[in-house]
Amino acid sequence: MIRHAMSNLNAWLAILFVVLSSSAGDVLLSRAMKQIGDLGQWRARRGFTFVGLLIVRNRYFVLGVGCMAIAFYSLLFGLSWNDVSLIGPAAASLTFVANAIAARIFLHEHVDRRRWTAALLVAAGVVLMGL
Amino acid sequence: MNLRKYLVLAGVTVFAPVGDSLLSYGMKQVGNIHLSNIPDLLLAITNPWVGIGIVMLLGFFASYMTALSWADLTYVLPASSLGYVLLALIARFALHERISLTRWIGIALVSSGVGFVTSGPEVTNRPRRSHMADDSAAPEHP
Repeated sequence: MIRHAMSNLNAWLAILFVVLSSSAGDVLLSRAMKQIGDLGQWRARRGFTFVGLLIVRNRYFVLGVGCMAIAFYSLLFGLSWNDVSLIGPAAASLTFVANAIAARIFLHEHVDRRRWTAALLVAAGVVLMGL
Repeated sequence: MNLRKYLVLAGVTVFAPVGDSLLSYGMKQVGNIHLSNIPDLLLAITNPWVGIGIVMLLGFFASYMTALSWADLTYVLPASSLGYVLLALIARFALHERISLTRWIGIALVSSGVGFVTSGPEVTNRPRRSHMADDSAAPEHP
């Protein structure tokens, strides 16, 4: 009984960390890539190595990868305590909604009715698929 | 949107669910990790399934970075969520698992969400300054 409760508590703690850190990571990585520009065009003009170095020198990219690393290890921690059928859908669906809010606030993306509908449909669908 | 961009989104779509599945399989072999033994998380990557899963997730990451360089975050995330549908279809038709009505409804919702977002523009907020526009901004010898 206590073990079951602890398992659930650790799983939801992991989900919270995954959602917060992956949303922060997504926003930072998106900002980094927008600063750099179309990677395909860069590669065609200056080569693959140049693109790689351009990316790893961007501070938003470095911070974003740090957040993604936290999200990754939180996911591993969660998976060691509960099934992927709970951790995966719960973290993914909440991340969709958190990202839409974060992208609007921090990236100034125009999250119109179409995109809100898409985010909510996907989030609801992911939850149903995990049941 | 052109073929190259659709292929990049396909990369995001395929690599993520395959990588997650491999990680899940590997972590079941590794077993529970207690808060008092957090360093064990670092050793988990020595499990071969976790290792292959990480390689898959690196493929996902490269595709994801490329997609974010020309599309909004709120476009890329829903557009690439067809991976969940792909995973369910593999489970049904390759692994012959039973898919419940609830899951089919979930698949329909995810698919319609993807349809909604991909019917709109991929970018709404152009960056103020792109390095591509000003090549001198890029380091000569990075």
